[in-house]
Amino acid sequence: MADNHTVSAFDQELNALKTKVLRMGGIAEANVAAAIQAIVRRDKALADRTISSDQRIDVFDGEISELVTRLLALRQPMAVDLRFIVGTLKIATDLERIGDYAKNIAKRTTAIGTAVPTQPMHAIPRMGEMVLGMVKDVLDSLSAEDVEKAVAVRDRDAILDELYNSVFRELLTYMMEDPRTITGCTHLLFIAKNLERIGDHATNMAEAVYYIVTGKRMHADRPKADVTAEISDPSQVA
Amino acid sequence: MTALDFTTHTIPLEGKSKISAKNVNLWYGEKQALHNINLEVGENQVTALIGPSGCGKSTFLRCLNRMNDTIPSCRIQGDISIDGDDIYAQSLDVVHLRARVGMVFQKPNPFPKSIFDNVAYGPRLHGLSESKDHLEHIVKSSLERAGLWKEVSDRLLSPGTGLSGGQQQRLCIARAIAVSPEVILMDEPCSALDPIATAKVEELIDELRENFTIAIVTHSMQQAARVSQRTAFFHLGVLVENGPTEGIFTSPIDKRTQDYVTGRFG
Repeated sequence: MADNHTVSAFDQELNALKTKVLRMGGIAEANVAAAIQAIVRRDKALADRTISSDQRIDVFDGEISELVTRLLALRQPMAVDLRFIVGTLKIATDLERIGDYAKNIAKRTTAIGTAVPTQPMHAIPRMGEMVLGMVKDVLDSLSAEDVEKAVAVRDRDAILDELYNSVFRELLTYMMEDPRTITGCTHLLFIAKNLERIGDHATNMAEAVYYIVTGKRMHADRPKADVTAEISDPSQVA
Repeated sequence: MTALDFTTHTIPLEGKSKISAKNVNLWYGEKQALHNINLEVGENQVTALIGPSGCGKSTFLRCLNRMNDTIPSCRIQGDISIDGDDIYAQSLDVVHLRARVGMVFQKPNPFPKSIFDNVAYGPRLHGLSESKDHLEHIVKSSLERAGLWKEVSDRLLSPGTGLSGGQQQRLCIARAIAVSPEVILMDEPCSALDPIATAKVEELIDELRENFTIAIVTHSMQQAARVSQRTAFFHLGVLVENGPTEGIFTSPIDKRTQDYVTGRFG
């Protein structure tokens, strides 16, 4: 992408921008993985490290905004360069949000305590694995300008949403059976919701990658399968 | 050197076409400067012609009012029509054509006459004014439409060459519109102007679009992006791509267009 410009300094700046976004993505991905680990193992020290690591993501976000602003002002980019620069700005925003969700998950490590029965806990690493796969693949698709991979990430979001629906129902069932689990299960519910949101951001990023590479919008029929907003009656839970 | 790629990508014009060029080929002596150009210029639109130096964009622009006729070695084939009238027809009066199709050049070129006479020149030549009052009205309204009236109304009799560069260019635009043309051709009209004067001319181009059809050659891609509704990209005498301006600068179809607008060759 960033090659063969008549002004070679522009190539270097575009490459620097890409490297920054990918490094930021690497940290966000690692933080999500660490947050899930911390929850599963009730590892307070790991949770703390994850929480403080979020600052690095915020620093990258600021640097990317500055670099993008400078490139727009000084280079007046066009076509694929313009799409790339604007796209990375959007991707950085998504990564920043993903970082926040990872931090929020890590923060619940202490609160969740031992109040949760082991059974519903299994859902979290299952969702986590899937979300991490999506984040990793979307970063790869950006790195390699791989449109097919980006489309595949977007398509996986529906499966993640379904997984979230089933976790939601499962947790409601536990809470109805034993009200003492409500505190723990509520925390798990938020964690599951955060993971589901990370999937949405990975999907946004996939759409940005698609636009950067092709100049076209990914077809609009994005699968949306999170139906929990419509569940109100416990009888619907089963 | 690789063989010339003659592919043209055209996103069809929406709305009415004012100028239609079909299969236009042009030679300067033995050298072919335009290869089979097919281009529609939309009515009341600004069409920008862009491309690296020597790509044929100015040559094509000059075909539209037969300015190339003055070059002895120049030979042209194909059809160009304005509102369906063949402008290369035997019966056509070239002077009349150039009244229908006005032109503004790269360097402001006011006549060494007063501001008033510069604008009045065309209407006088073509006998467009019925009386002195009418002529004054034409001059005033032309200067107004060119956004120059307020700046020069108190010195209409001082020489046009005494104005600043940007004012001179707007004077030339006023002179071009004084004969009520249908089309205005502009060949890099801002390349000799500072950014503020450029902005004024660009603002003017956007206003003129209501009443005229405009084709503009520009080396500034930012300018093409700012002023035009459609853009045509020329390369090595070939029309590579033409379509809505936004598409050319955000997601061009042809790799040559992409390479040019992103600054990868030129």
